[in-house]
Amino acid sequence: MKTWDYAESIESSAIVNIEKKYGIFLDGEFQTANSKKFLKTISPSTEEVLSSITVGNKNDIDSAVDSAKNGLKIWSKLTGTERAKYLFKLARLIQERSREFAVLESLDGGKPIKESRDFDLPQVAANFFYFAGWADKLDISWNTKGLKPYGIVGQIIPWNFPLLMLSWKVAPALATGNVVILKPAESTPLTALLFAELCQEVGLPPGVFNLVTGDGTTGAALVQHPDISKIAFTGSTAVGKYIQNETAGRDIGLTLELGGKAANIVYNDAAIDQAVEGVVNGIFFNQGHVCCAGSRLVLQEDIHDEFVSKLEKRMQSLRVGNPLDKNTDIGAINSKEQLDKISFLVNEGVSEGGTIFQTECELPANGFWFRPTLFTNAQPSYKIAREEIFGPVLTTLTFRTPEEAIDIANNTEYGLSAGIWTEKGSKILWTADRLQAGVIWANTFNKFDPSSPFGGYKESGFGREGGRHGLLSYLKVQS
Amino acid sequence: MSLTKESKNTLSWSNTVELIDNLRVDEVGLKERVASLATRSIKKDSKLQALNYIVTMCDLTTLEGEDTEGKIGQMAAKAIRPDPSNSEVPSVAAVCVYPALVAKAKEMTRNSNVKVASVSSYFPSGQAPLESKIFDTQFAIDQGADEIDIVINRKAFFEGDYRKMYDEIVALKEVCKSVHLKTILEVGELKTYENIKKASLISLAAGSDFIKTSTGKISNGSSREACYLMAKAVWDYKMVTGFKAGIKVAGGIRDSKDAIRYLVIVNEELGPEWLSPDYFRFGASSLVDDVLKQIKKLKTNAYQSSYYFPRG
Repeated sequence: MKTWDYAESIESSAIVNIEKKYGIFLDGEFQTANSKKFLKTISPSTEEVLSSITVGNKNDIDSAVDSAKNGLKIWSKLTGTERAKYLFKLARLIQERSREFAVLESLDGGKPIKESRDFDLPQVAANFFYFAGWADKLDISWNTKGLKPYGIVGQIIPWNFPLLMLSWKVAPALATGNVVILKPAESTPLTALLFAELCQEVGLPPGVFNLVTGDGTTGAALVQHPDISKIAFTGSTAVGKYIQNETAGRDIGLTLELGGKAANIVYNDAAIDQAVEGVVNGIFFNQGHVCCAGSRLVLQEDIHDEFVSKLEKRMQSLRVGNPLDKNTDIGAINSKEQLDKISFLVNEGVSEGGTIFQTECELPANGFWFRPTLFTNAQPSYKIAREEIFGPVLTTLTFRTPEEAIDIANNTEYGLSAGIWTEKGSKILWTADRLQAGVIWANTFNKFDPSSPFGGYKESGFGREGGRHGLLSYLKVQS
Repeated sequence: MSLTKESKNTLSWSNTVELIDNLRVDEVGLKERVASLATRSIKKDSKLQALNYIVTMCDLTTLEGEDTEGKIGQMAAKAIRPDPSNSEVPSVAAVCVYPALVAKAKEMTRNSNVKVASVSSYFPSGQAPLESKIFDTQFAIDQGADEIDIVINRKAFFEGDYRKMYDEIVALKEVCKSVHLKTILEVGELKTYENIKKASLISLAAGSDFIKTSTGKISNGSSREACYLMAKAVWDYKMVTGFKAGIKVAGGIRDSKDAIRYLVIVNEELGPEWLSPDYFRFGASSLVDDVLKQIKKLKTNAYQSSYYFPRG
């Protein structure tokens, strides 16, 4: 059979300028850290070393706090309108340089350029625009004048949406009058470093945005620092629990956005072809490195065979490969460590008795890759149905009645998101009402908007990011 | 559905009812998928391959009251050799004309692979008794047509008389026998996505070899969304019967870029085995000219003026 192969269509990486080595960003400028320890950040699609980044230590966090204290002195004297000016400038500059950011994000993190270009960067700019708009309207946000910023906020962000998570954290914190010390993930620090350059370019007052790169030890030093008034963390539930323990008993605010094992419930009266698309998008978007990924397909038993047949056919058309190729649907797994974790859990799924289907695509020789994977004949007790895999792996569970669908969907320690697929409006409402999840999508999945609050139930965390509710994560209410 | 999986290009009415019962399409999801397929970046060799596919899949069409034997002569010659300056450019799939001009088209294409397609069944409105449609179709076949493009009975469809719409296609298929039957849905009139998918499935179940978007006689003829839905219908029908039907998109497809986007839909939703004139066609009058310019551009790196290419 003759096939029509799409020729490579590579987004040029000539646009990005990556330094050999990066320091930390304090007092409005890049500085050499106290720590002499560096780690290499690599491109997960080629394993090529991109740069060396500083592993900030306790002294560096102390310096960052000093810088932030000076920043706060300036920032707290500005009106909301004045703060907004900086945020609007940042938003516009992000838009102007979005191609550069998108390429850098795909290089450093492995996500397909079509996602960093068409999803991440537009969302990043939208977040800055949105929260810039709130900066001078805080009094009317909750109809009280008694809203006070925390002060110095420590923010720790993950590697799945590096710049997007930065925008979710930094934009509302600055809009509400806080100053920030940001610790990006160790495998994806480059876009945050470029963002620091933007802060210089817009003339953000020194010390308002501080950046200390590093690993878990850096994050721990940040969490332990007594002068931090608030920690905002997005990442694994295990680290979230550590942070909650560490901050217990202290006068400190905390919001946690943690793991998930979302159910994507497909009823037999759904628009099947679009539900297949939504399920594919729900789990294979960003290689499944999505805390709200629809990793459990909760499927009505009487449409199981038809649905799975269509799903497998659709999965075969997913193009796995070079993240910078504009036709790539699924990029590289973010790190060797994550790849090992995914492989381990998938092997467990097979040995527990699940039926595995993987697409036949060719994988590149270097870098970290995993084939889109579907499990059928899986049971709610299997590891692949309970643990967050954080990779392109979908587990199918079946149900007979709507009540059973709810039971299965809620039978998890997580509660971040869920999806409902039916053409019947009343069934959407009935189902949504009973799901224990912070974000529920109906007949769509992975839709985001800066105005919509995002956050979890149960072990998926607490606090909300985005929307008017997201402001409260960075404000203390006085009445 | 409880049907045997043998290849079967007709379904009984009761099986057809089962197929179209509770048919659901989500507009938002459909548009999103189609928009995402439109971002495929087709460059270099894969673009050339696509352009060649498009030429071989074209039904070069003229369906005007002013058509004459002289006009058909020009078009048929162009269909056989679209670009006399480049012998690598293949012939198009077919010429598509009114029944009265089939004989001339047949005569002009006799020493080539180019097929002659004729519209019939009171194209484009279909507002005539079945007897007239049968006569119209039989006449075109007697004149030598290799392929017949009929229109569905939209009056019956909108009146809810799906059975009548189905029966008419069955009757016309009987007239056609082995002559290739393409059934035009006129998606711009059907408007809703449920209607398009429903009409697609009824047309397939009644024995159509192809389903086709439009007569080209209304302003919103074809759309990528309609093509996507028709591909889904073709797939659903294959799942039930094993029969592999084709799709013809016609109506307002004028440039290569747009045509390539249609190819991407077929390639990804149905598979590369549909990328052949046996299963996918473009009905167009001016599309070929743009494709020829693009092929020239890939070879010479320069766009050439229209007067370098023969008129059809």
